[in-house]
Amino acid sequence: MRDAFVEKLTELAEKDKSIFFITGDLGFGVFDNFAKRFPDQYLNVGVAEQNMTGIAAGLGLEGRKVFTYSIANFATLRCLEQIRNDAAYHDVNLTVVSSGGGFTYGGLGMSHHATEDIAILRALPGVKVLAPSTAWETYRATEKCANDEGVCYLRIEKGGIKEPPFEGAHFRIGESIEMITGGQDITFISCGRILEECLQASQKLKLLGINANVVSMHTIKPIDKQAIETAALTSKAIVTVEEHNKFGGLGSAVSEVITEQNINTRLLCVALEDRYSSIVGSQEYLRKHYALDADAVVKKTLSLLKEIG
Amino acid sequence: MSIQLNSENLAKKIRLHALEMTHLGNSSHIGSIFSIADILAVLYSGILNVDPKNPELENRDRFILSKGHAGAGVYAALAETGFFPVDELKKHYSDGSIFSGHVSHKGVPGVEFSTGSLGHGLSVACGMALNAKLLKQSHRVINLMSDGECDEGSNWEAILFAPHHQLNNLVTIVDFNNLQSIFSTDITLNLQPFKKKWESFGWNVVEINGHSHKDLKQVLSPSYNSSSAPMCIIANTTKGKGVSFMENNNLWHYRSPQGKEYEDAKLELMRSDNA
Repeated sequence: MRDAFVEKLTELAEKDKSIFFITGDLGFGVFDNFAKRFPDQYLNVGVAEQNMTGIAAGLGLEGRKVFTYSIANFATLRCLEQIRNDAAYHDVNLTVVSSGGGFTYGGLGMSHHATEDIAILRALPGVKVLAPSTAWETYRATEKCANDEGVCYLRIEKGGIKEPPFEGAHFRIGESIEMITGGQDITFISCGRILEECLQASQKLKLLGINANVVSMHTIKPIDKQAIETAALTSKAIVTVEEHNKFGGLGSAVSEVITEQNINTRLLCVALEDRYSSIVGSQEYLRKHYALDADAVVKKTLSLLKEIG
Repeated sequence: MSIQLNSENLAKKIRLHALEMTHLGNSSHIGSIFSIADILAVLYSGILNVDPKNPELENRDRFILSKGHAGAGVYAALAETGFFPVDELKKHYSDGSIFSGHVSHKGVPGVEFSTGSLGHGLSVACGMALNAKLLKQSHRVINLMSDGECDEGSNWEAILFAPHHQLNNLVTIVDFNNLQSIFSTDITLNLQPFKKKWESFGWNVVEINGHSHKDLKQVLSPSYNSSSAPMCIIANTTKGKGVSFMENNNLWHYRSPQGKEYEDAKLELMRSDNA
């Protein structure tokens, strides 16, 4: 995903001289080529995220399309007030890029686990929140964010497939992508790379005769209300899956739509149960440990379907 | 273009407007506003290259009030220099008004940037100054901050940054009145040796009397900083300057001038010989 981001950023900077990229001293080796090619559009501000975001706002007020970049919570929570006051209130064209959503840096400890970011950024008025599930989505999200007025939060992870999910797939902010369609039993709605657990879960469920849709809700805000309505109409229940705390993230966003639109469905939110992780491990290990992996999703889905009857 | 006005006259008007605004709005921070009234008056009477008829002019100087709680002073300066009608000032702090207690740009011509939480202005000013450098634009970016504000760590990130990038188109003025929210800066969190701190970070530092228009005009002149470093002006000021019973009294960080106090303050300002 990071490579896809850098690739698109490079293409954009070539064509559009108002593009400006700032890193908070992270991304070793990753931005060397970019810095060399576009020295007037690149800045390593040092380990100083508040200053990074304030500078980004200053550049944005002068008409730049700015990207700030750091790992996990550093690009977001450390400088939250700068994002809120300096950028969002001033309608600055800023994309805050956090590399390492969820448990991407699982082994590095809780400081590097970004598991509340979606909730917190989502609460800022006007800020759009994107968590692509593949490298393909990341590549496209980067361009959409650059050319979107105002502040976007782009949460990326490592790896992810580069190919589109199907021929003719398109990416628009606020418009989800149906990865698997035709399921009449359940609809999985997910964001970020953990969507791959939903894809696996749907295969496992199929063996049990249960058909599941999988929706990539890569934009958590503004959320695709129509997709949620469709999911409620076409399947018996909705299951959201996210590598994020239970409060304020994707599950909350979907539940808000269900309540506000008075949609008649059942919703199950698979997420972290309001906790920090004091143990470490790979992303896969931590998903399993906290019952966010495909097996856990299958188990929880079966239980829900049994309850519904 | 810059606005040519008598700066002493403007300072007096800023103080009188601010007094009335905080009186009518029952709002606070009059001491902080009086502290910078002379600085604002000098900036808006011939230093800043701004055009009230064209507030968005590309080559205008950018001015940021980082100590946003003194916003009424900026509103007053802008009204007096023709950015909007003086009558608008009466709406300050009232229900439904866009003139918030902390300076806000939304709908207010001439306000470059909204602040209120301390420690934000200097970084934004750095971004603006960096952009001007990259595009070889000749305007300046001037930031006005407080001494107590220097407790904020974010400022020190920016203080490191600006000299590293040789932002000599950036000026920051520190309103050094030695009083912050509760006590003096000395008691709260010692800033000294303040000048040496800035110098050691690589700034071109000058210390002046922040109420002397002559001093202010000299150091704020565009030709004054001939170095490659950004400039820091430590402006030694008196909080509440201009009204004897408000001077150096932190009660006036909070208290709104009402009743006899308002009348006495108004009289003292009216009688001052700056007109």
